[in-house]
Amino acid sequence: MTDKSGREVFLRGVWEENPVLVQILGLCPTLAVTNSVENAIAMALATAFVILGSSALVSLVKDYIPSQVRMSGYILIIATFVTVVDLIMGAVAPSISKALGAFVPLIVVNCMILGRAEAFASKNRLLPSILDAAGTAAGFSIALLLMGSFREILGNGTFLGIQVMPHNWEPWVIMILPPGGFLTLGGILMGLSWWWQRGEKKDVAVKPRRWPNGVRAPEEERRSEMVA
Amino acid sequence: MSAGGGESRSSGGADRRDEAGRAGSAPGTQPSSLLLIGTLGLLSVVAGVAIVLVHGWAQPRIEAHQAAELRQAIEEVLGEPQRYETRWVADGKLLDSLPAGVDSSEARPVYAGYAADGHMVGYAVPGQKPGYQDVVKLIFGYDPTSGKVLGMKVLESKETPGLGAKITSDSAFIHGFDGVLAPIQGVKHPAQAPHQVDMITGATISSTAVITIINQSLEAVGPALGGSSARAASAAHAGDGS
Repeated sequence: MTDKSGREVFLRGVWEENPVLVQILGLCPTLAVTNSVENAIAMALATAFVILGSSALVSLVKDYIPSQVRMSGYILIIATFVTVVDLIMGAVAPSISKALGAFVPLIVVNCMILGRAEAFASKNRLLPSILDAAGTAAGFSIALLLMGSFREILGNGTFLGIQVMPHNWEPWVIMILPPGGFLTLGGILMGLSWWWQRGEKKDVAVKPRRWPNGVRAPEEERRSEMVA
Repeated sequence: MSAGGGESRSSGGADRRDEAGRAGSAPGTQPSSLLLIGTLGLLSVVAGVAIVLVHGWAQPRIEAHQAAELRQAIEEVLGEPQRYETRWVADGKLLDSLPAGVDSSEARPVYAGYAADGHMVGYAVPGQKPGYQDVVKLIFGYDPTSGKVLGMKVLESKETPGLGAKITSDSAFIHGFDGVLAPIQGVKHPAQAPHQVDMITGATISSTAVITIINQSLEAVGPALGGSSARAASAAHAGDGS
């Protein structure tokens, strides 16, 4: 593996195939726990630990798990890491663990993690798998931090608990309530769509959708079936 | 910290290699059910051992945090007593220890706080009841001789941020409970009688829940704590009339 491809593997998860902003995966924690920057950081760290651990372990044991039970095996591995994270958080950061509540155990069902295990780690060696997981974790963290910053600044007038808005600022309480999560995510996605499509002529045909690594486009799938 | 995780990783890898070598499944053929069950079974055992190891490390720390949180809350609502003792109220009687055969769900714990000169400051009484979003758990200090609430602290709540969540952060509301006569009546600003507390504007349900928890808890344990809870009640009603 050359240095360049390693960087590409990492950066793909951060930007081109950002799990939240491009693949629209893992929305449950993205919407639920980003009402403050502190919660967003804690969730990002917990998820990063789980995805790094499970991707590394899956790439190590991939050859020994029969493909018929690989999904159950991967989920078992992910669930173990999540339980470990939940216990560690309760022991070292009880207040954050309380704030995240049920969303730490729910990391198990974050499809982003199983997605990386199935689409990448189960087909690649240890080092690329770790890089891929780190890229995805970084991309997820960026998305969570963006959401958390917007919501905490607008909804509470603070950033990481420090007052940043003027004192006569009336906080938009809705931003830290669940609807604020949808509004913020919608706003961010809208801004990104505009950014990606800027300068494109309106009458030019829409560019074919780029599918994330490991996922084949439906038409490609059909074609390969016909050949077979 | 990562000892548990690291262990599961290395041992998992080694065990799996052994098993695959023994089973020797050729690619393309359907592996036997035994191999599938064995693989998942082995994986589960490794996962279980890893979790047990981490749990053994984490559980005492989690319990220590909970105990520290409770101790801090008791000290806060009783005004920094020198020490406190756990008592139990079961069947309307105050007991020094949980009686044998009584389930801890049937008895309510109260915490008796003592000042440095040995006289009792009052009892810290925990209570809970549904609020607006979820159960509100709180603890309050109560002095049975004067029938006054000494202080209140919300331990756990998931009330609406910016509205109901003020029951944990609004210091005017929280300090409104310092020295108020029980049973408490929630009123719109301003509170005048000694048994009245200002409720939070826009958070009526959450404020009422806090007041109801205190009143209902005192109804349940007040007689057992002795003192003048009955007198306090009549004083409160006299205050109503005036």
